[in-house]
Amino acid sequence: MNGMTMRSHTDRKLRKILEDVLGLKPGQADGFDDNTGLFGELPELDSMAVAGLLTEMEDRLDIVIDEDEIDGELFETYGNLLTFAVAKQTDA
Amino acid sequence: MKPTSYPCPLPGGASASELALVFDQGRACRVLIAPALFDEANRMRRFTVEVMRRLDGAGIDSFFPDLPGCNESERDLTTVEPEDWRMALESAAHHFRATHVLALRGGGLIIPDKLPGWHFGPVKGASLIKTLLRARIISAREAGVEENAAQLMEHGREHGLDLAGYSLSAEMLRQLDQATAPQRGNLIPIDQETIGGSPLWLRAEPDDDPAQEDALAAVLAVGLAA
Repeated sequence: MNGMTMRSHTDRKLRKILEDVLGLKPGQADGFDDNTGLFGELPELDSMAVAGLLTEMEDRLDIVIDEDEIDGELFETYGNLLTFAVAKQTDA
Repeated sequence: MKPTSYPCPLPGGASASELALVFDQGRACRVLIAPALFDEANRMRRFTVEVMRRLDGAGIDSFFPDLPGCNESERDLTTVEPEDWRMALESAAHHFRATHVLALRGGGLIIPDKLPGWHFGPVKGASLIKTLLRARIISAREAGVEENAAQLMEHGREHGLDLAGYSLSAEMLRQLDQATAPQRGNLIPIDQETIGGSPLWLRAEPDDDPAQEDALAAVLAVGLAA
């Protein structure tokens, strides 16, 4: 898979995960862009929801996330989270 | 539906009374619910009761017991081990004369050995623990305290650990971390795709989904009619 395909593949999966966690209707996360704020702007994302989100990302994207990689910046925007997920998949 | 109780064995031979929600009209098909665990128990509670309501409509009795140390239980969760939960479900199965079990998520890790039935959304114990550990680490970090999963777990295996509001015993952590969904011919796994929609246990806010509740109840009703 080339870089662009990988990013769009991961993008689709990540939007679906966020829809599942936030209880959005299918396609509702399509409106997220790189600058869409996550943690902080989405009050539903408390620590338990973020923890569930990370575990689900590991399962569905087949990656392993270390706790020390989780910082506030990661959840600042959708773009940050996607870049992180793509980098993780490339490492794997 | 009515609240009732069932006798739950205590260590040393005595027994306590624990709450159960039941649809019981003395019918032939009698399904014991093995509830989802920890935070997922809250998010899945309405779903669980709605599935029971549909089973009732299909002529099937069902029984939703509190696990010792959870929900309305007066038992101290710090003293509870997975074996206590298994014995509680065993005792509930006996008390309510259950013919089948419906395990939800982590509930599958603690079900009685013999009852046939279904396991919705199977999950490893390690995955549940990992998510709880993360929730603790993330909220500690927000409070300016750095914690580390490996160190927390090492401490927890010896002394127990508070995770996301649950005070888990050392034995609970050790055993659940190793527990995997039972693989046996008479326990049918049901994944999310089978019933459609998206997993309610993932929702940041507890929610329900009538279509999923219909679908899961239908899987059981069809299976029991066969």
